[in-house]
Amino acid sequence: MKYQTVIGLEVHLQLNTKTKAFCGCSTDFGKAPNSNVCPVCLGFPGTLPVYNRQALNSAIKLALAFGCQIQEHTKFDRKNYFYPDLPKNYQISQFDLPLSRNGYLDIYSQDGPKRIGITRVHLEEDAGKLIHETGVSLVDFNRTGIPLLEIVSEPDLNSPQEAFDYLTSLKSIIEYLDVSDCDMEKGSLRCDANISLRLCGAGELGVKTELKNMNSFKGVKDALTFEVERQTRLLEASQKMIQETRLWDVEKGATIAMRTKEGAKDYRYFPDPDLTVFIIDQSMVSHIKAQLPELPREKMRRFVKEYGLTEYDAKILVSSKNDAEFAESCIQDYPGKDKKEMVNWLIGPLLSEANLRKRKLHELNLDKNELISLIGFVGRQDISHLSAKSVLSQLIDTGKSARDLIQEGNLQQISNADALLEVIETVIQENAKSVSDFKAGKTNALMYLVGQVMKKSSGKANPKVVGELIRRRLADA
Amino acid sequence: MSIDKETIKHVAHLARIELQPNELEKLSGELHEILGFIDKLKYLNVEQVKPTSHILPISNILREDKPHVSLATEKALENAPSKKGNFFSVPKIIE
Repeated sequence: MKYQTVIGLEVHLQLNTKTKAFCGCSTDFGKAPNSNVCPVCLGFPGTLPVYNRQALNSAIKLALAFGCQIQEHTKFDRKNYFYPDLPKNYQISQFDLPLSRNGYLDIYSQDGPKRIGITRVHLEEDAGKLIHETGVSLVDFNRTGIPLLEIVSEPDLNSPQEAFDYLTSLKSIIEYLDVSDCDMEKGSLRCDANISLRLCGAGELGVKTELKNMNSFKGVKDALTFEVERQTRLLEASQKMIQETRLWDVEKGATIAMRTKEGAKDYRYFPDPDLTVFIIDQSMVSHIKAQLPELPREKMRRFVKEYGLTEYDAKILVSSKNDAEFAESCIQDYPGKDKKEMVNWLIGPLLSEANLRKRKLHELNLDKNELISLIGFVGRQDISHLSAKSVLSQLIDTGKSARDLIQEGNLQQISNADALLEVIETVIQENAKSVSDFKAGKTNALMYLVGQVMKKSSGKANPKVVGELIRRRLADA
Repeated sequence: MSIDKETIKHVAHLARIELQPNELEKLSGELHEILGFIDKLKYLNVEQVKPTSHILPISNILREDKPHVSLATEKALENAPSKKGNFFSVPKIIE
């Protein structure tokens, strides 16, 4: 690889408070336009903003979860610009004294863990929503003033995949903290990316592009992948790169340069005189720190230690908080010390069922006792693993008990040799080629024959017993 | 620091203020004086002085996360120069 990719991400996160950052208007999503508004968030002269205590708590919680240093002295500044989605003509944000700095987030790739620096997490407010029609733009101020956090990463990410992993990991931690919905479709989590390329080993950063308008994590990855290729082409052709903002166009699968006025970014930040400073002392920090829940990484380590899970399995289970809780209750209630069987069912068949239904594990409404009972039937060889998987699917769809489903489906496994011999005989007659292959030493042929018996018995035959019977039968011949 | 007309024009544009040619002249002089006044800080030792971000000695003023009754939409839109349905309407913004 000739070039090194350098990516930094800027995430805007809506906090899930009941009310806006500086007034008591509701933050409910999907309400009639301009119904969650008041003189404060509409920027009427003479109104005074007062910050939301819950928003500050959530922000500190999040900053602590990312290992940030909480600044003892923090304040709000005005970022001045004119745009119709901003009724005050300034956004309340933070400039030189942000809430927190110097955190990190660990991502996991095939090459092991990698630590990504978080430059700062600061407080600000959301802007309104614009809808463009022919000739006019329509403004809805319901979103104006919803508390936002801006989470800025260091340019430590070196591939689109790492950027994707960073976002996934970030979202997982935020879900655990329960401070935001993290729903990119609803816009409660938004992400802009800075990306540049440089010759491997070069000290200086290349000319960067700022990417906007990505509506999903995959969109972020796709836009970055496109940019890596575009910038590589330009560099290879020795063309001069210009610093610009580009918009991701999902339909075209391409980034498109955004028209901007030269030197338009002159925000003239200054301290907002309407808001007082915040002194966040150690006791407040430790109070909030004590409320932090067990985070994914800690939970993963505990799963490994307490239940003997592999790190890989544990990682899958802890990525969603609710899934992790569901999985843990299944594992705890599963009899015996060895939990491997339950874990295999959770991350194997159950996870496939969930993916098939585009649901999360915990959303399947599966009674854990039925899952445990089903695994028991398999363990006692009452039904085959294959049948059990179909029972699992029915458990989810019908809510019936595993016992009833096995009986209704007549799925009791046939382990009785006499009952199986007839089918085995037919299969041997019908598959002379495989039989001779097996005799010639091809062990795979046995698998095939067992498969045929399974098929003929509608999955009810006990494959172990069948294998043994075929082996014996062919050895006799 | 001298303030030329271009700077005044730039600042006026940022603040969306339309200035007449004679005002440009006048303001460039006035701003020059104001900046000159503030420049006096350069001659003082302010190393021990923390930047003031608020004039009142109060901090941590917060409100509880309790909803209030918002304005009725008709009320919110009452003074809008232009509206369409429940929306404020503005000249089309082209990105």
